[in-house]
Amino acid sequence: MRCLQVSNQDLEERIPSYEELEKLENEEAGDRPKWDNKAQYMLTIVGFCVGLGNVWRFPYLCQSHGGGAFMIPFLILLVLEGVPLLHLEFAIGQRLRKGSVGVWSAIHPYLTGIGIGSMCVSFLVSLYYNTIMAWVMWYFFNSFQETLPWSQCPVNANMTGLVSECERSSPVDYYWYRETLNTTPDIDNTGGLQWWMVLCHVSAWALLFICISRGIETTGKAVYITSTLPYAVLTIFLIRGLTLKGSLNGVKFLFTPDMNELMNPTTWLDAGAQVFYSFSLAFGGLLSFSSYNSVHNNCEQDAVIISIVNGATAVYAATVIYTIIGFRATEKFDDCISGNILTLLNTFDLPEGNVTENNYDQVLHSLNGTYPEVIQGLNLKTCDLNSFLSEGVEGTGLAFIVFTEAITKMPVSPVWSVLFFIMLFCLGLSSMFGNIEGVLVPLQDLGVFPKSWPKEAIAGTTCVLCCLVGLIFVQGSGNYWLSLFDSYGGSIPLLIIAFCEMVGVVYLYGIDRFNDDIEFMIGHKPNLFWQITWRFVSPAIMFVIFVFYFITKVQETPMYKAWNPESENFPTLEEKEYPSWIFAIIFILAGIPGLSVPLTAIYKCLRNRCCKKDNEFKQDDLNTIAKVYGDTTQLLR
Amino acid sequence: MVSKTLNAPNGYKVRISLKTALGEDAYEWNQSEMFFFQATMAFAMRRHFQMETYNVDNIILCVQTSRVSFWFVVTSPDNTTMLIPKADVEKAVRMSRHRINNAFLLSDRTLEFLGIYPTLAAPVNPDTPPWLIVFGVVIGAVCVGIIALLISSLLQKRRKEKGMTEDGQDEEDMQVKGVENGINLDGTYNRGFTDDDRFTKL
Repeated sequence: MRCLQVSNQDLEERIPSYEELEKLENEEAGDRPKWDNKAQYMLTIVGFCVGLGNVWRFPYLCQSHGGGAFMIPFLILLVLEGVPLLHLEFAIGQRLRKGSVGVWSAIHPYLTGIGIGSMCVSFLVSLYYNTIMAWVMWYFFNSFQETLPWSQCPVNANMTGLVSECERSSPVDYYWYRETLNTTPDIDNTGGLQWWMVLCHVSAWALLFICISRGIETTGKAVYITSTLPYAVLTIFLIRGLTLKGSLNGVKFLFTPDMNELMNPTTWLDAGAQVFYSFSLAFGGLLSFSSYNSVHNNCEQDAVIISIVNGATAVYAATVIYTIIGFRATEKFDDCISGNILTLLNTFDLPEGNVTENNYDQVLHSLNGTYPEVIQGLNLKTCDLNSFLSEGVEGTGLAFIVFTEAITKMPVSPVWSVLFFIMLFCLGLSSMFGNIEGVLVPLQDLGVFPKSWPKEAIAGTTCVLCCLVGLIFVQGSGNYWLSLFDSYGGSIPLLIIAFCEMVGVVYLYGIDRFNDDIEFMIGHKPNLFWQITWRFVSPAIMFVIFVFYFITKVQETPMYKAWNPESENFPTLEEKEYPSWIFAIIFILAGIPGLSVPLTAIYKCLRNRCCKKDNEFKQDDLNTIAKVYGDTTQLLR
Repeated sequence: MVSKTLNAPNGYKVRISLKTALGEDAYEWNQSEMFFFQATMAFAMRRHFQMETYNVDNIILCVQTSRVSFWFVVTSPDNTTMLIPKADVEKAVRMSRHRINNAFLLSDRTLEFLGIYPTLAAPVNPDTPPWLIVFGVVIGAVCVGIIALLISSLLQKRRKEKGMTEDGQDEEDMQVKGVENGINLDGTYNRGFTDDDRFTKL
C-alpha cells in the first residue's frame, strides 16, 4: 500500500527510535509518569470507558431497538469498529509516549489540529459532565433522611392541599424539576444561579481536583475504588431487584428480541454511535493513559479485554436497571388497576373483593353494557404494563425520576438511594479522570502553563476555570444548556476526529511503520483482521455514521424539551424551538473542535511557508559551522 | 346499581373499606357495628357541643349498601324533628376524627366522610436541612484532603531541594570519574586530562 501513503519527511526526527525506547525502558530514565502496576492501568481505562452511558443510554437503546436483537448489531460493530480503534489508540500512545497533541504533532506537524480538537472536545464534555456529578451529589446528600424528600409532595403555603405543580405531575418529577434544578420554562430565562446547586457543583470540582492533582499518581490510587465499587453495587441491586415483584417483567421486556428491528438502519446507526461513544474514543485520554505504559506492554490483548469488559458491563447494567424498572412498572400498573377498581366499587356500591385484577376486564365490560354513560363519565385510566415499562427510561430521566421513584417503593429506601448515587458518582468520576487527562496533558504539551508550575497548580487552575465556566449549568436554565452541549459538543466533532485519527495513522504515519512498531512492542505483527479493519472497515464505518448523523442533525430543526407548568399537556415536557442566537453557540460547540483539524493544518502550512526562507538561511550556516567543528574534533581525537 | 346521591342537605355519606384497611383481619360489618357507629357519632356530638344529651337515637342512618356505605343525619336532642346543620356536624367530626378512626381500627382513607377532607399533617421542618449536614461533612473531608495534599507537595519539594544541594558538589566529580566505554576505572583520575573547556571552544 505504499502508493497510498503520503510522504512524511523527518518523521524519524520527531519520534523516539526503537533504541531510545529500549534505553528508556531499561534504565527507567525520563520524567514521564508511570503506572504502579498493570491493574491500575486497566482499572483506569475500564473506569474511563464504563460510564453513565452504560447505565442510562445502552439499556434504553437495547429496549427500543428490539431487545435481544439489538445485541447483534452492537456486537458486530463492537468487533469491527470499537476494538480496532481502541487498539490503534493504545498502540500509538504507547509507541510515541506523548499526550494527544504531542502524538499528532510528532506524526506530522500539520496534524496537530487533531490533538487540539481532542482537547476542545474533552474540555466541553468535562464542563457539563461534572454538573451531572453535582446533581448526583445533591441526591446523595438528600438520601440521608428516613423519608426520602422525593417520595411525597410538599404541602402548599396555606396548608390546604399539596403544591399544585407537584399534584399535577408526580413527587419525583416535582423534586427533580423544581427542588433540584428549579428549572425555567425556556432557555431564554436564565433563572439565576441556584445556590444549593452551586454548593454541590463546587464540591464536585473540589473532589475531582483532589483525585487528579498529581496526575496518575493520585488517580491511580482513586481508581481502585471508583472502578470497582459500581460493579459491587450493581450486583447488590441485581440480587435485590430479582427478589422484587415484577422484576422479571422488566428483564423480559428488555431482552425480547424483535428481529424486524434489524432491517431498520437507525438500529445499526445507534449501535455504531453507542459503541463509539461508549469507548470514549477520540478524547485523547486513552492515548495519554497508554503513553504511561512500559514499551513492551501487550496493547493488543488490552484492547480485546477492555472491549469485552465494556460490552459485558453494558449488558449487565441493562439487566440490573430493568429488574428495577420492571418492579416499578408493575407497582404502577397494580396501583392503576386498584385505583380503577376502587372507582368502580364506589360508583356502584359493590362489596369489596367483588372486583379483582382477574375479573376486572369482565366486570368492566358487563357494566359498560348496562351503564355506558356512567362508565364514560368515570374517566377510568388505561393501565398498560408496556407503557409503564417504556416510560422515561433514558438519560437523566432514568436516574433521577424513574429509578428514584422505584427506590421509594422499596423497603429501607435510604440505603438503596445512597448505594445507587454512590455508584453513579463513581461511574462518572472515573470517566472524568479520562476527560480531564485529555485536557491537562495537551495544555502542558502546548506550553500554555509556565514550566515552573507544579502539577498541582496546573490541575488546580484548570479545575477552577472549568468550575467557573460550568456555572452556566447551575442556573435555572442549566438543564437545557446541558442537553445542548451533550447533543452538539459531544457527538459530531468526535466522529470527525476519530476518522482523521485513523486516516492519519494508517496513511500518514504509515501502516507498515505502524505494523513494525507493534511487532517491536509486543513481539508479533498484527494479523489480517487488524489490517483490514484499520485500513478500510473502521474508517468506512466512521464515515457512514458521520454522514448520517450530520445529515440528520442538519435537517431537523433543533428542538428541546422544556418543563413548563403553564403548558397545556403539563406533565409531558413541552417541545420548543431553540431561539436563533443558539445557532451561534451550536456552531462554536460542534464547529470549533471539528474545524480545528483543517484550520491548524492551514495555519502551520502558512507559517512554514513564510518562515521557510529564514530557515533555509540558518540551516546553511549551521552546516558550515558543523563541518568546521567536525574537522577540528577529528584532529584532536 | 349505581349509587344514589340523596337530596339530604344536612346528611353525610360514609364509606368504609374494611378489606383494604385490615385485609385478612377484617371484621364483619353488621348491625352491631352500625350501632357502634351511632354511638361514636353521638360521642363526637357530645364532645363538640359539650352537651351530654346526645344519644344513639339522634343519629339516623339510611341507604346502607354492601360496599359498605350509608348516609346519616343528626337530629337535635331537644327536638327530634330538627336536624343539626351540616357545618356543625362537620366540626364535630373533625374534632373527634382521630378517635372515630381508632374506634374502628381504620384511617382517614378507609373511613371516609364524603365532603369532609382530612386535614394534612403539618410538615416537619428540621432546623438544619439534613442535606446541609452531609454536605458539610463531605466538604470538610475535601478541604482536609486538599490541605494535606498541598502540605505533602511542599514537604516533597523541600526534601528535593535539600537533597540537591548536598549532591551538587558530588556531581562534578562524578562526571570526570570515568565510566569510559563501560569500564569502571578505579584509581585516581588526573584532572590535567579533563575536557573542561569543550563548551568554550570555537
